[in-house]
Amino acid sequence: MSTVDLSAVSRRQQWMSILASADRDALEVVCRPLGDLIRVRCQWLRAPETGLVMVRGRIGGSGAKFNLGEVPVTRCALRLQIEKNSSTGAAWVQGRDVHHAELAARIDALLQIPVHSEHVYGQVITPLAAGRSARRETAARKAAATKVEFYTLARESLAG
Amino acid sequence: MMNTISDVPPALAPGFDQPVFDSIKVFRVVADAMAHPGEIKRIDARPPAPAQLMPAAAALCLTLLDFETVLWTQNPHSAVSEYLRFHCGCPVTQTPSQAAFAWIDSTMNMPPLSAFIAGDPEYPDRSTTLLIQVKSLSNASGVRLFGPGIRESIYLDVAGIPAAYWRELQASRAAFPCGIDIVFIWGERIAALPRTTQVVM
Repeated sequence: MSTVDLSAVSRRQQWMSILASADRDALEVVCRPLGDLIRVRCQWLRAPETGLVMVRGRIGGSGAKFNLGEVPVTRCALRLQIEKNSSTGAAWVQGRDVHHAELAARIDALLQIPVHSEHVYGQVITPLAAGRSARRETAARKAAATKVEFYTLARESLAG
Repeated sequence: MMNTISDVPPALAPGFDQPVFDSIKVFRVVADAMAHPGEIKRIDARPPAPAQLMPAAAALCLTLLDFETVLWTQNPHSAVSEYLRFHCGCPVTQTPSQAAFAWIDSTMNMPPLSAFIAGDPEYPDRSTTLLIQVKSLSNASGVRLFGPGIRESIYLDVAGIPAAYWRELQASRAAFPCGIDIVFIWGERIAALPRTTQVVM
């Protein structure tokens, strides 16, 4: 295998994350202007399937990993053929929404075709990314408003 | 921009048409083959795998391998390894003595039986199962097999297996319950040789 370009990998990770965390309806809205591009016939490498993933978090006072619980995850992989370009797209999406996973995988595939990449990125990823950071900011602001400082208590030490 | 198509593995093909039903059917055939050592069975499922994987080998791998089974192959960077890693999620090793399964694409450059693990007396199941692709299989002649699941005896001719290999296999039977299980694969057909089967030349 050829050497892997890390910046391309991290770019792809970034857009896959944005696609997965997007709201399904929002994703559909931004995909609509792509027209036929989003409806190209695809070959399933792995048809959408739902399974469980154990989520672990550093939620204890000392920051140790803990099994938080299982969440349903839907994944799929497909191959698109547009004129002479073919491309493989994959998606892992929280929940059981097969259509969300399919759309995310299609966009992932389109973004890897140089002639469509820029157009699709501007049309789909840019607005979704903006929406996501707005959502995160709101959530962070709301959470910050509930912060309480207990001056009389020492924080639990990391040494345990 | 570097994120072009050439970075993607070129020959990623789909797996089973109906993953659940197809793997159940294939499992039934291989269980039957193991229960009747030496008998040649046919696997109908033909996943569109890379050409180096014979149809029955592809079906067996998709059925038997998963993220917990370490696979050994002669060439860990081939299209076959990519295909199996994608569909089965199995780790691929270059060390035969770590493998739960070994896919051997031809009898030409087969490692000796002793390269693989035969399990230990407490855990005889921690052994390697060999999936060996061969040029032909026949019950008309060849070595004679005896043991559980065989009425009296059965002949099995496997093209390309040297006499020394059969001798090594028969000698390894002394270590029962440890041992290595083998599935010979020829196109769509398979014949199993579990560790309970005795081989007479």
